[in-house]
Amino acid sequence: MRKHNQIWGIHAQPGKKANIILLLLPFILLVATYLAASHIRHQENPQDKLLPSATQIVKAIDRVALTEDRRTGKYLLWTDTLASLKRLAIGVTAAAIFGLLIGLNMGIYPGIRSLSFSFVTFFSMIPPLAVLPIIFISFGVDEFAKIMLIFIGIFPIISRDIFLTVRKLPQEQITKALTLGASSFAVTYRIILPQILPRLIDAIRLSLGAAWLFLIAAEAIAAMDGLGYRIFLVRRYLAMDVIIPYVLWVTLLGFLFDLILRTIINKRFAWYADRK
Amino acid sequence: MPTENNKLTNKFLHLEDVYKSYDRVILDDIDLSVSKGEFCTVVGPSGCGKSTLLRLILGVETPDSGTLHLHGEEVGHPSPSRGIVFQRYSLFPHLTVLENIMLGRTLPTGLFERRRRKKEFIEEAKYYLERVRLDGQGDKYPHELSGGMQQRVAIAQSLVTSPDILLMDEPFGALDPDTREEMQLFLLELWDEQKMTVFFVTHDLEEAFFLGTRVLVLSQYYTDGRGDNHEKRGAKIVSDHPLHKTGISSTQIKSDPNFIKLTKQIRSEGFDPKIRQHVNEFNLKHPDSFQTLSKVEADR
Repeated sequence: MRKHNQIWGIHAQPGKKANIILLLLPFILLVATYLAASHIRHQENPQDKLLPSATQIVKAIDRVALTEDRRTGKYLLWTDTLASLKRLAIGVTAAAIFGLLIGLNMGIYPGIRSLSFSFVTFFSMIPPLAVLPIIFISFGVDEFAKIMLIFIGIFPIISRDIFLTVRKLPQEQITKALTLGASSFAVTYRIILPQILPRLIDAIRLSLGAAWLFLIAAEAIAAMDGLGYRIFLVRRYLAMDVIIPYVLWVTLLGFLFDLILRTIINKRFAWYADRK
Repeated sequence: MPTENNKLTNKFLHLEDVYKSYDRVILDDIDLSVSKGEFCTVVGPSGCGKSTLLRLILGVETPDSGTLHLHGEEVGHPSPSRGIVFQRYSLFPHLTVLENIMLGRTLPTGLFERRRRKKEFIEEAKYYLERVRLDGQGDKYPHELSGGMQQRVAIAQSLVTSPDILLMDEPFGALDPDTREEMQLFLLELWDEQKMTVFFVTHDLEEAFFLGTRVLVLSQYYTDGRGDNHEKRGAKIVSDHPLHKTGISSTQIKSDPNFIKLTKQIRSEGFDPKIRQHVNEFNLKHPDSFQTLSKVEADR
């Protein structure tokens, strides 16, 4: 039997062990480089704040996540997480629902397409961060403005993605449904809608990154709590020992949501996952 | 153009003076009448407009001029009176086989009635599933079935609504030869049992002869009184033969002398750009066949 190379070249067939090692390698390199750099800086200056050591970071995590805040009596990390997730969830859900409805109807009904296609395309070209001042001026600095920024930021992406998905469905399907006695309404909401739901989840997965960006930008500018608020607040004291865990936490949350959504697709929409 | 055939609009399927063009003329004055119970196959060189003709009857295209009637009523948008089986995309990927078959019942029904009659619908779908010999496959999704099985489900799905006419657009075109032959036999059996009217478009002459009780040849290779500018002419029905069921299978049919003769004839009538009949000489032997020519066309 010919022995296959496990790592190099186009014919490589990484085994189970090799796979795990390769997968972990970049992470290990990153952490090792950081720790080494941190160690060097601390040898020169034990008070260094730019690259906090592992002990400093653990201490900071203990302070923000496991100890009550002296001033407010709350656990900062959890309060921040809850506040941020609430904004994110409402903003993304609203954008998903509206994006789905607009994209779906725009894809199926020519009249609605003529009415809204150019408008949605135009709307999607507005850089959301550029209108951030307008949003804060018109909706105040409360929760609504932050949710609005997320909504404005990702609604066009989702609606256009859904629109393109609907347009790509074979016209034969609509014809077929009509010959089986479906009304226009039934075609739209009973034949096409269930078919694009998994694509909607994919669209949400893709736009979650953008949603986080807008959330953190909004929180950085005007908020009383939230992950973005905290990161930008402690930046004033160069508190890298807090910023780094917060960033890692945000990343982990994003990764988790992606995983959850992907699992939903695989479990609930097997026909979609298998077909690809 | 007035005709003496007006009472023919009462025929089962009746097309008269139908024109259709996109960038060029595709269908050029189509006159066609089909009786109930007929298995009508349509052949012709590629790009002659076979599918366009089917799409007109289906209602997804409208003719530039001319009339289409089914049961004496003008053909409108796609509706349950005309069933359709495409080569692909007839099934809905997000529904199980059983749910796909049930659609003809569940789609026109409101939510509450649907809940109430669910059991009845499932029973009926199971009956059709058995009819297409797929018992026990009801819980699978279309992508888990082979191409032939998918087309069987598509046929069952169309039968549930008992359409007046079943339109089929090269339904077996993507199947391998064995499956294809099996499906042809199966379709004939079903046609015989259900007394269906079928309008079947194919590019395969053997298939057309084997299945049809009538074969139409659609072609742009002919001449008429409009001069020699062939390129601007659209397709007409250039020949129309009644066929007799011989019970010979589609693989055997190739060596049957009658078949060989007919193939040769049809190839020269419709498929050879070098041989062009004049419109007045078309071989329209079928009793339902008729032709309404304008004076310019009929001129020599």
